[in-house]
Amino acid sequence: MTADGAAPALELRELDVAYRIRGRDRQVLRGVTFTVAPAESYGLVGESGCGKSTTALSTVQYLPRNGRVRSGSIHIAGRDVLGLSYAELRRLRATQVSMVYQDPSQALNPSIKIGNQVAEVFRVRGIASDEAEDRSSEVLRRVQIADVGSVLKRYPHQLSGGMQQRVVIAMALAKDPALLILDEPTTGLDATVEAEVLDLIAQLQAEFQTSVLFISHNLGVIRRMCERVGVLYAGRLVEEGPVEVILQDPRHPYTVGLIRCIPRGGVRKDHGRLDTIPGFLPMLGEELPGCVFADRCGLVREVCHTSEPPLHRLGERHASRCHFHDEAHELPRVIPENLEAASIDRSATPLVRVADLEKTFHQHGHAIRAVAGVSMSIWAGETVGLVGESGSGKTTFARALLGLVAPTGGSVEVDGRTVPPKLGQRSQQDVRSLQIVFQNPDSALNRRHTVRRILRRALKKLANLSGAGAEQRLLELAQSVRLAERYLTVRPNQLSGGLKQRVAIARAFSGTPRLVVCDEPTSALDVSVQAAILNLLVELQTMRKVAYLFISHDLGVVRYISDRIVVLYLGRVMEFGPAEVVFEGPHHPYTEALLSALPTIDGGGRERIKLAGEIPSAAAPPPGCVFQTRCHRKLGAICEEQAPPLVEVEQGHLMACHIPIEELRRLQAEKAVERVPAAT
Amino acid sequence: MSTVSVAAPRPSEARIARRETLQQLLRSPTFIVGIAIVGFWVFCALFGSSVTPHDPQDQSFTPLLKPGGNHFFGTDTLGRDVFSRVLVGASDILKVAPLATLLGIAGGTVIGLVTGYFRGIVDDAVSRVVDAWLALPLIVIAVTALVALGVSTATLIVVIGVVFMPIVSRTVRAAVLAERQLEYVQAARLRGERAPYVMFVEILPNVMAPIIVEATVRLGYAIFAVAGLTFLGFGPQPPSPDWAAQVSENYQLVNDTAHQGNYWTVLFPGAAVASMIVGVNLIADAIARVLQR
Repeated sequence: MTADGAAPALELRELDVAYRIRGRDRQVLRGVTFTVAPAESYGLVGESGCGKSTTALSTVQYLPRNGRVRSGSIHIAGRDVLGLSYAELRRLRATQVSMVYQDPSQALNPSIKIGNQVAEVFRVRGIASDEAEDRSSEVLRRVQIADVGSVLKRYPHQLSGGMQQRVVIAMALAKDPALLILDEPTTGLDATVEAEVLDLIAQLQAEFQTSVLFISHNLGVIRRMCERVGVLYAGRLVEEGPVEVILQDPRHPYTVGLIRCIPRGGVRKDHGRLDTIPGFLPMLGEELPGCVFADRCGLVREVCHTSEPPLHRLGERHASRCHFHDEAHELPRVIPENLEAASIDRSATPLVRVADLEKTFHQHGHAIRAVAGVSMSIWAGETVGLVGESGSGKTTFARALLGLVAPTGGSVEVDGRTVPPKLGQRSQQDVRSLQIVFQNPDSALNRRHTVRRILRRALKKLANLSGAGAEQRLLELAQSVRLAERYLTVRPNQLSGGLKQRVAIARAFSGTPRLVVCDEPTSALDVSVQAAILNLLVELQTMRKVAYLFISHDLGVVRYISDRIVVLYLGRVMEFGPAEVVFEGPHHPYTEALLSALPTIDGGGRERIKLAGEIPSAAAPPPGCVFQTRCHRKLGAICEEQAPPLVEVEQGHLMACHIPIEELRRLQAEKAVERVPAAT
Repeated sequence: MSTVSVAAPRPSEARIARRETLQQLLRSPTFIVGIAIVGFWVFCALFGSSVTPHDPQDQSFTPLLKPGGNHFFGTDTLGRDVFSRVLVGASDILKVAPLATLLGIAGGTVIGLVTGYFRGIVDDAVSRVVDAWLALPLIVIAVTALVALGVSTATLIVVIGVVFMPIVSRTVRAAVLAERQLEYVQAARLRGERAPYVMFVEILPNVMAPIIVEATVRLGYAIFAVAGLTFLGFGPQPPSPDWAAQVSENYQLVNDTAHQGNYWTVLFPGAAVASMIVGVNLIADAIARVLQR
């Protein structure tokens, strides 16, 4: 309830929701209670399967057919949603609530032009066509779309993901809703685009005083966007409070665990391991007489299994559902902190040497230089992080290195021997030395094969083992990735995302790989699982002296795991150096922009650098420095005419920029003053 | 390191999923009706003359009796019992059509896997041939081939099977194109697997659902094709009680002024063919709906 007595934008009271699966009701929400005040921005955070989206769907009665509200109440702007007739509900959806989903390409109708889709929002409220069109242009201008006229005439697929999401947000705000529900609105977007969309939402929210329910798995995003946050676990709100309070002084072991999982504050693998949350979410609909988190909690006692903790008020607006909330910060670490990192001997021959690697695709008569002359050396036992926006050529570079696509120029050496460009021409020994862990473990494992079959085949091809020897090695392998033996007989679809990724890692390590490409291996996983997978990768690296080429758009993760970092833009190296140096600066202007876009849980301070426009097409890269069209530190004519060479500006730190390093240092120091020091 | 315990796997999950598919099929009225129709004809074909009221080849009855009394469907010009002949008339079709379908599916799957997996020149070349092949009417190809190779059951099976191959290959190719994008295919290449292994061991099990659906649909068409060719004289010959052979033997009577109104010798075998095709298509529909959810 609000002080001024106005009805809250959203009020949930003791909401119980169940899905009917195989003839039984399975409870997914357990007495969820929270309130979003007018003009407030409320965040809902939790891992997948905790009931975040179900909460959002219930509020507008969009539950799937087998879902139903069992008890509790939902009020939007003072109206009881559960008591509405279908016609009234429809009016409510048309005028009072808007929802923005994760994937904008699915929220827009692919066969209707943008102009018509946006105008529909007005027409459904009985506004005449002419006026609807005028107002469509107006709302698109509001979300800072520059060229409204042409966007109106386009189809959704002709727009980029960020642009599509702007259109969806414009449609959502067009009716000036009392409540705006955002369900992971930026999860599929690039970091730079995400930052822009978040800025836009924040700005519009302030301007129109809209109430927002913001759902995200990313605490960094919640921190940036919300005033208050609710932590959802197994369908129950376990903690609630102002964002800063929750992050600084979490009082529920789940929240504590969640925060500890996130690599942050410049922590690196040689400083210590990430903590994780052991175990799994309870099964859907499981009876939980005590605390929902009891099975995974490090502070669990007898009473936690038998009696459900009440909501303890811990301050004005802070509340936790834990019997021992005052001890929450003493939650024991699951993972011992010390971790030995692999030692790297850079005086030896590099394990992999890539020289001027090129990959040009030909499409409809255009030559697309996806990778335009990238060189690097990778030594045994080190991790090279590869970062850049989508379209920067990260994945193509990795695939050309592996031979999955044949490079059109340059060479790849492994242990000083040049290997043929195409996979089919490489010897089995070369094939074995370069392996990969893919982003999406669902599609990386054959869903018709059992785990045992997948790993046995890998052992046969990569380690030449069969029969009893293979079985022995299989068990060792499963052990080394912490995969229990009973999972060997099942097919991948019966495993959770984290377990699937362990199988994929085991497969990559079944031979004796020298270099493993990790292509966003944790981006499809929840943070607690991500932490466990990152720990596993570091551990395997220490044990096997393997090198990683680690691709990720999550700079926190890259910083944690990498020894050196390569920043790619349009298939060219912009910056290359030791991880600390690249993160601490002075940075290449592009790196600087990427870093400023990163939503962290450690505190803001860092000024956002807006990159103008989108990454140019690789078919027509800008003349001179490829980054000049979007650079916020562009010097002038020299940037448009001459491509800056990649030169060593400091010991081991390479950069392609016309601005001298000292100048960059001075310029960036002005900003850095405001930067918050590294966190705990 | 984190413990990978809790939530024990349920090893029978795959079997549960299979049982659920079956249960869904059994709950679908379409499937039940289809199975009832096809099952009835299979039963009659299997037990043949032991279930018929008269010997299908017995010519001792009065010719051209109207339906009713001792002869539900009447008798034909040679004095044979039409009802008994209709009951056993499925046996040839039920041999030829499934075998032809099997051949078409097997050949089509191989072509589809190869073109879908290799893309490029192989795909372009084979696909153009398939396009050209599909432009020719089935009956024209079949009749030409049967005339050239001679009429026999084996030829009939081969001809229909070969005609089906390109059609099946289209479906399989489309499924393979989607499947080869998935990373497990790249993972297989990255451990040095050869193309046949990737195609048949990695990809094939994942495209079985569309293949099964295609097989049931093709079976319906195969029955139709066998009946059509038999009617034209390229299938079982008189005195076989095959449905299409019966229609072919008797259809001129219907036009003959002397025998005006002797519809039963043609109507009942014709209706039997139709019911069989409807039955198979009902099954195909139900399977498609369950598998392509």
